[in-house]
Amino acid sequence: MAHPVKRSNAPVFWLLFGAGGMLAALLGPMLVLITGIAAPLGWVLPPDALSYDNMLAFSRNIPGKLFIFAVVTLFVWHAAHRIYHTLHDLGIRRNRLSMGFCYGISLAATLLAGYALVIIGF
Amino acid sequence: MKLEVMRYLPESDPEPRHQVYEVPYSDTGSVLEALQYIKDELDPTLSFRWSCRMAICGSCGMNINGVPRLACRTFLREYFPGPVRIDALAHFPVERDLVISAADFIAKLESIKPYIIPRVERDVSEGEYLQTPLELEKFNQFTKCINCMLCYAACPQYGIDPAFLGPGVIALAHRYNADSRDGAAEERMGQLHAEEGLWSCTAVGYCSEVCPKDVDPANAVNQNKMASALDYFLRFVKPGDKS
Repeated sequence: MAHPVKRSNAPVFWLLFGAGGMLAALLGPMLVLITGIAAPLGWVLPPDALSYDNMLAFSRNIPGKLFIFAVVTLFVWHAAHRIYHTLHDLGIRRNRLSMGFCYGISLAATLLAGYALVIIGF
Repeated sequence: MKLEVMRYLPESDPEPRHQVYEVPYSDTGSVLEALQYIKDELDPTLSFRWSCRMAICGSCGMNINGVPRLACRTFLREYFPGPVRIDALAHFPVERDLVISAADFIAKLESIKPYIIPRVERDVSEGEYLQTPLELEKFNQFTKCINCMLCYAACPQYGIDPAFLGPGVIALAHRYNADSRDGAAEERMGQLHAEEGLWSCTAVGYCSEVCPKDVDPANAVNQNKMASALDYFLRFVKPGDKS
């Protein structure tokens, strides 16, 4: 049988993609509504809901940090996976370069988000 | 009604071309019957595969107006007043006219061992392998596959890279893996874990749409992606696994 039977490492990226997609579907519209529409227009939420002081406190709180980290990084991994496969469909076939580019960006974003969440303090 | 039929005679045609035939129209006439009319009455050089003419054998798959379908269960009335364009099944090498080479599909099918390899060998005297309705339900829809390869003609990823194991073979691998009488799932999963196995699929789902037997290969791929992803990590903690 001419088929290569080398195990693919796709599961790693596919699970991150799946987790990001699940989070995006569950939280994405709500986050857009709160941060993009409700808070700036002063709907429902108190006027200082997204004020600097509140957000700083949120990002210094451990569950807050975890939430920000998960939302930022998993969304980016989801996007990277989609772009990687869309490039394949558009004619830039799966290769090490496009893979390194797409997942490299999400890895960089992950490291950056982690770094920012640490230096912002506790 | 006019039929524009793809012709390709490798001895004389550098490229496939289309030839127009006028066939008698009837409400109950199938595309396969129209092709048989051409072969019998108009042009005996036209080649196409068919056998059962009742969607059991899976021989007469072709692209009809660009959609992979069985010619025997596709009726001229759906295309009235015509014309209808008939092409060989997409993504396969064409041998002649509407006849494609299934060699790649057959090799892949054989590679996943499409038969039950019993978990425990039993003697005939010990009776049947019993199965509950629930156990049957787990794989039943996948047994309906007739190897017609329409899902391969529908799959854009197979079109891009024919190394992809493809929807039909994965659905059949799942058919045996999910069978409670079978014990060879691990052997078959080796093929599925590969990049050319499950991981070339991008969940387009057109395979399930074109299936004439209502098998859902996209579902088989998804179930196995989850199983394969779990195995990717759990193999390190599973006892006695060497991969």
